[in-house]
Amino acid sequence: MDLTVIWAFIIAFAVFAYVVMDGFDLGIGILFPTFDVGLERDRAMNSIAPVWDGNETWLVLGGGGLFAAFPLAYAVVLPATYPLIIAMLLGLVFRGVAFEYRWRDPSHRRFWDAAFTGGSLVAAMAQGMTLGALLQGIEVVDRNYAGSWFDWLTPYTLLTGIGTVVGYALLGATWLVWKLDGEGQAHARNLGIRAAWATLVLMGAVSLYNVFLNAEYAARWMTAPEIYFAAPVPIITAVIAISLLRTLKAERHSKPFWLSIALFFFGMAGLGVTMWPYVVPPGITIWDAAAPERSQIFMLVGVAITMPLIIAYTAWAYWVFRGKVGHEGYH
Amino acid sequence: MFDQLDAILLARIQFAFTVSFHFIFPAFSIGLASYLAVLEGLWLKTGKSIYLDLFKYWVKIFAIAFAMGVVSGIVMSYQFGTNWSVFSDVAGPVIGPLMAYEVLTAFFLEAGFLGVMLFGMERVGRKLHFAATLMVAIGTFISAFWILSVNSWMHTPSGFEMGANGQYLPGDSWLEIIFNPSFPYRLVHTVLAAYLTTAFVVGGVGAWHLLKDRANRHARKMFSMAMWMAALVVPVQIFAGDMHGLNTLEYQPQKVMAMEGHYDSYPDGAPLYLFGIPNDEEQKLEYAFGIPKLSSLILKHDPDAPLAGLDTIPDDEQPPVAIVFWSFRIMVGLGFAMLGVGLWSLVARMRKRLYDWTWLHRAALVMAPSGFVAVIAGWITTEVGRQPYVIYNLMRTADAVSPLDAPAVATSLLAFVVVYFAVFGAGVWYILHLMHKPPHALETGVKQGDTGPIRTAGITPGPTQDPIDQMDQAVVDIKRKEER
Ligand code: HDD
Ligand code: HEM
Ligand code: HEM
Repeated sequence: MDLTVIWAFIIAFAVFAYVVMDGFDLGIGILFPTFDVGLERDRAMNSIAPVWDGNETWLVLGGGGLFAAFPLAYAVVLPATYPLIIAMLLGLVFRGVAFEYRWRDPSHRRFWDAAFTGGSLVAAMAQGMTLGALLQGIEVVDRNYAGSWFDWLTPYTLLTGIGTVVGYALLGATWLVWKLDGEGQAHARNLGIRAAWATLVLMGAVSLYNVFLNAEYAARWMTAPEIYFAAPVPIITAVIAISLLRTLKAERHSKPFWLSIALFFFGMAGLGVTMWPYVVPPGITIWDAAAPERSQIFMLVGVAITMPLIIAYTAWAYWVFRGKVGHEGYH
Repeated sequence: MFDQLDAILLARIQFAFTVSFHFIFPAFSIGLASYLAVLEGLWLKTGKSIYLDLFKYWVKIFAIAFAMGVVSGIVMSYQFGTNWSVFSDVAGPVIGPLMAYEVLTAFFLEAGFLGVMLFGMERVGRKLHFAATLMVAIGTFISAFWILSVNSWMHTPSGFEMGANGQYLPGDSWLEIIFNPSFPYRLVHTVLAAYLTTAFVVGGVGAWHLLKDRANRHARKMFSMAMWMAALVVPVQIFAGDMHGLNTLEYQPQKVMAMEGHYDSYPDGAPLYLFGIPNDEEQKLEYAFGIPKLSSLILKHDPDAPLAGLDTIPDDEQPPVAIVFWSFRIMVGLGFAMLGVGLWSLVARMRKRLYDWTWLHRAALVMAPSGFVAVIAGWITTEVGRQPYVIYNLMRTADAVSPLDAPAVATSLLAFVVVYFAVFGAGVWYILHLMHKPPHALETGVKQGDTGPIRTAGITPGPTQDPIDQMDQAVVDIKRKEER
């Protein structure tokens, strides 16, 4: 396998790690207004306070990694989705500071809670729409973005945006099913079931849109070798969806969360097949955008050494805060 | 209404605004992370609770500053693509990997251990907790290492080749890129700057509480620690700054000409101007007041050495002199003011009056924000002095900009300004509020609010005996009830 392909997988892995890990943080933010003011909100917040920063770092790796491994893609996508990126960044500013501020200023807690929700919602929506904008294609002339600054706004990107919001809400709800107990957990279960249905519907809608409205994407799915991947995906997805709904109803604790992650995994794998081998459809392949070999090798050494360590200490940090939030005896 | 020039100018203003705001937080959190590691280490070594109290006092402030550093930093990592996409495309193969290393070796380290540092004391025990604090501190340093290497490469590019497609490509050795000529100087000078910024904040807070209550042991301890830093590190910083300047003279002479206000060449000894009004149009320093030959003495170690001036540089390759001239003077002036405070504290210490001289405390209080001002002034000197280039002598800033319309950049700039002032203003206010409370025995750590009958496992320290915190607690409880 050549280095460029390896790098495409590394970036895809970083994006996937970001989507599921910060996905549940943002999802909790999106669901926040439905929780009771007081203990329920405090606990939901505390369940992610020690880990959100680490989760968000995957976004920096996704962006920074893209810059380093596929500089041309980074240089084209960001101007093309400029307003979305700015909105996402500002959303993340509000969401990030709310973690600290809400405890510091009880008299404005309501405000910072609203900032937490608003920031999470805007960030999730912007991320989903950026993905949609990428999939629908970006106009490039002479290594530069050549479209206008509202090309990203279409019904399709609205659909992918809402899909992402709902999907994150599913991750957030199932995370809370795992980390809470009692009434809070029952509440999260309830939300999880609704979010699961909504996610499935929207995933289906985006898939259909891809197949029916874009002839090229459809062709890609219907020819070998993609078809071997394409055929089982809907079946596997259906199996996961059914188990997810079951475990949510069956009083399980951590299973729904893992199944939601699996759902995201197959969703993203499907997108990968759709886009391959383009990093910026319709014109720029991963090889067009790739950094030279020397840069790729240099970074690969870094990834090979640091990634196992990063995964190890990140896992340790999660393990330190394992167990239900707000339970005595889990010290 | 707008033309391309406006888009460039707006993009520059936006970048300068967001990066200057961002750097305020690292300048403080790099130093504070190390200070916290020292405090916790001293606590583990000596067992004296005063160190733990100070740790808990400052860790609350650290948590807020760090959060602001993180969110403003994420903005920066995308600003390259949004505002300087042409630059990102061509320079990506060289500087992209260095920034990727920063993420891999620094950001994950900081973020991974931050949760344990803030909330994990009860869960992991003292030793592991100390390890987590150390990791966060080391992470901030590694982060400075990589990003300053990137930045220095843009000032003194080396170790690259030109690609056929116009990209800058890495040459044979990455070491030549990473350890480019100005990097060691910039790293030392900037990290020391962060330590000094923190020292003066800690000293200022200590002084403020000493002015209110001279007997406060905790205030005495932090004041004394900070004044040691000031007395010992400021001279080193001034020396490092001088070395840095000599390096700049070698690699970026026109920046030094602008810093010195030397429009003209001086064949037999150049003066050091203390004051003057730079006039780029007439290429003349008006109302100049200076000390003859001193500049040659500092820069060449010979009072009669000739120094070239901006008259040897074509007009369109000169940086805007006034900004560089003045920001440099602000930084150096503050450096000497810091030196004054440091020396004064030594005298007070020798006479055993460190906690008694209220004028010293007042001076330390006034100097509390001096580090921030000096740091921003220093960066403005460095970055504006590099203009009109973004990659020195190779790529002009005007050629680096994204193909964006001016209204798009203007709108986002406005959004950044409004959001940053509101959000970070609030954060600074909360930090000042925490600093306003006197440090005391049995300080509580980062409190995550869960004040009901069930507390979040391991996140809050045990019940507090501290009357002040119990009062706060009562207020929170009442507010909470009202909310329900
Ligand atoms: C000399 C130090 C220094 C300088 C010049 C910069 N930063 Fe910074 N940055 C840090 C030192 C730092 C830090 C100490 O590591 C921070 C500050 C507070 C923090 O949380 O980490 C940080 C945070 C931080 C983060 C968030 C990391 C996280 O998620 O934990 C990002 C993405 C950046 N920075 C990116 C940048 C970029 C793209 C810069 C250049 C324009 C930049 N920083 C200048
Ligand atoms: C954190 C400390 C920093 C501060 C306060 C700072 C400040 C500034 C300022 C004020 C300018 C505007 C100069 C002008 O337009 O006249 C500028 C330009 C620039 N800086 Fe920095 N900078 C910092 C660090 C960095 C780093 C670490 C990088 C690169 C990795 C960088 C990259 C740039 C670029 C690309 C420009 C050119 C665009 C422009 O002219 O505005 N800066 N910076
Ligand atoms: C009084 C003696 C000082 C001298 C002679 C001095 C010298 C310099 C010089 C020559 C530069 C420009 C480097 C370039 O060409 O890019 C610089 C930059 C800078 N200075 Fe200073 N400085 C002094 C004090 C300080 C102090 C007290 C601080 C902060 C606490 C500080 C913070 C900075 C920073 C952050 C930069 C930008 C980063 C860099 O290029 O290193 N300086 N200084």
